[in-house]
Amino acid sequence: MSLPLEGVLIVDFSQFLAGPYASLRLQDLGARVIKIENPDGGDLCRQIYLSPQMMEQESTLFHSINRGKESLTLDLKSQCGLADAKALITHADVVIQNFRPGVIQKLGLGYDVVSQIKPSVVYGSVSGFGTDGPWANLPGQDLLAQARSGLMWLSGNCDDGPVPVGLPLADILAGANLAHGLLAGLYKQATQGIGSLVETSLLESLVDAQFEFLTTYINSDHQMPQRLSDGSAHGYLEAPYGVYKTLDGQLALAMSSLSSLAVALESRELGQLAQTPRAGFSQRERIREIVAQKLMANTARAWEELLSVTGIWCARILDWPELMVSDTFKKLQMTSTMGQDDLAQTLMRSPLRVDGRRPEAVSLGPTLNQNGDDLRREFDL
Amino acid sequence: MSDNVDDLPLAGLRVLDFAQFLAGPVAALRLSDLGAEVIKVERPQGGDLCRSMVVNDQRLGDDSLVFHTFNRGKKSVAADLKQPDDLATVKSLIETADVMIHNFRPGVMERIGLDYDTVRKLNPRLVYGSVTGYGISGPWRDKPGQDLLVQSLSGIAWLSGNADAGPTPTGFAMLDVATAGNLVQGILACLVRRGTTGKGGLVEVDLLTSAIDMTFEQFTCFLNDGGKQPVRTEIGNANPYQPAPYGLYETADGHMAFAMTPLATVAELLETPEIGHYTQDQAFTHLNEIKSIVAGVFAQKPTQHWLDILEPAGIWCAEVLDWPQFVSSDGFKAADLIQTIKLEGGESAVTTKCPIRIDGVAPMKEAAAPLLGADTDALATTG
Repeated sequence: MSLPLEGVLIVDFSQFLAGPYASLRLQDLGARVIKIENPDGGDLCRQIYLSPQMMEQESTLFHSINRGKESLTLDLKSQCGLADAKALITHADVVIQNFRPGVIQKLGLGYDVVSQIKPSVVYGSVSGFGTDGPWANLPGQDLLAQARSGLMWLSGNCDDGPVPVGLPLADILAGANLAHGLLAGLYKQATQGIGSLVETSLLESLVDAQFEFLTTYINSDHQMPQRLSDGSAHGYLEAPYGVYKTLDGQLALAMSSLSSLAVALESRELGQLAQTPRAGFSQRERIREIVAQKLMANTARAWEELLSVTGIWCARILDWPELMVSDTFKKLQMTSTMGQDDLAQTLMRSPLRVDGRRPEAVSLGPTLNQNGDDLRREFDL
Repeated sequence: MSDNVDDLPLAGLRVLDFAQFLAGPVAALRLSDLGAEVIKVERPQGGDLCRSMVVNDQRLGDDSLVFHTFNRGKKSVAADLKQPDDLATVKSLIETADVMIHNFRPGVMERIGLDYDTVRKLNPRLVYGSVTGYGISGPWRDKPGQDLLVQSLSGIAWLSGNADAGPTPTGFAMLDVATAGNLVQGILACLVRRGTTGKGGLVEVDLLTSAIDMTFEQFTCFLNDGGKQPVRTEIGNANPYQPAPYGLYETADGHMAFAMTPLATVAELLETPEIGHYTQDQAFTHLNEIKSIVAGVFAQKPTQHWLDILEPAGIWCAEVLDWPQFVSSDGFKAADLIQTIKLEGGESAVTTKCPIRIDGVAPMKEAAAPLLGADTDALATTG
């Protein structure tokens, strides 16, 4: 069966991460994505390096998030650039933008204008902190959104100070939320012929991600979750939930029955604590100490085997080299390598399978204006 | 503008949610927020295990408050899938549904007789979503698909925290949220396709793949950099691959986040000529040295002092807030991020709302989560 979004045309004015992540997801599902870039260097992400490595003269980051897309340069501040953008929009099913609030309106491509040009368009807009309010004009950057959302106090141990999540969480979640809204809009477009405006922000997405425990917090006497002194993995969950050192490597324990754990670890004290109602909360640090001491007697690999057969939820903590050699990782077929030998470049693939198949990563990101001539011919620009 | 549920983009769609815990029900919640009718199908004894997962002693009605946060606005049908009568009722509901979601372990739905190949014969237009921990094959397929465990196995625990911190998992169910998002995307894309082909589809996601997808930028660097494990910085780590000064710093009275900034600018604004001696390329190679100089400077003055210098210069920086500070901030209030949910009896709680605004409005429903089996009779008779 064909990919579900075949035939859907996306005109994508966004740059950096959140917007391009949304269009990448739709691209993986079959949509055609045309990146509109300024002629003077294009998407700023082309020049953002997370490491000195490059692929085809551009940052690895750029390719990882713009693979399979087409590029057209337009100077939106010039009359003919704007006219070309509008002409292209008449063919678009989806338009995406992530300029700071107000900028796209000044350029003359706000939703009110675009929905006049193409009433059935689904128009997606992503900002840092919403479109009004005192934070609306702050830079919509991932780390800064994490800083303001309270999320930095959920990871790490109690003496650590704030601990950010070491990946662009706000961008990824906002991109995913934008994709949800765009897809729901495409469904409405397909069934009713009506367009819609879809908006989200980094801040809304981080609040949504904390829904479980931020809700707990708001409805209590505003008690912050308490991180443990060591091996903390969750502010509100009872012991033994967390990370433990072993003779060799570390082991994560998820929600587990204290009595099963007492038997498996042969600990009389733990067995007594297991008889006390809600000991997992009231004796959280003590239980942690007992478990931590017992687990030092053997390796993480041995404990994982031993505890798993008794039904205890645990996992050895792996780093990427260890993950890469696991058979499970190979089975997932999450990567796709292009080119050969020294020129080989490996990209990731879609995180979902449709009709039993993971969509292929079709190509690297485009060079700036790589498809300009072809697109001008095709759309008569 | 949508101020009414019938205007929402997924109005008229029926979703059967067989999933429990997090990823599946969170995906169904998003579809509900976007206008779909969501019916939880739960075992008669106790239902979704999350109903009894009480955190911090907080409940709403008889169920845990946490359960309500991602099951609000849904309906509930109690059915024992091992009983032929109940199974027949569920099959007739499936005939009326547009989407079904489950997160049973691989093989369980096949044994019950509700696997995709069987169910598509009952309803060829059905979009079938399945969530697993580690995919449907491979040696880990029967491991528990729990958030912390997948963070542990996916290498994600080595991205946060400082170099000497040991593995540092993210302290909330980040992977469940991401997996739910991926499921929503696949389901909605198949519904769009159904508009032209009339046929449903199968969407499969798992927590491990979603974990790897979340690290796409860093994992791609890793894959193309000879497979070397990224190294976290000694202080203020916020992303192992970002050049200095990216990260967190302690000030005299709190903490600051400092995003991508050219070293020359850092040297000038912080009046720190030592930093000016490093070339921009050394922002990658001398991360710890540069960051420790920056840390020494920030520690001397309160956060506001630094914000007053950096913000007017257009530098990307922010004060680090905790929940009490965040919830009382003007930014939080202006963003209008929370809603009240109510039980039929009037008891209420406050929770977060849908992070997507459609035609300018974030969709909201007042209903809390359903009582177990609340809609069994109504739905079993009308189908």
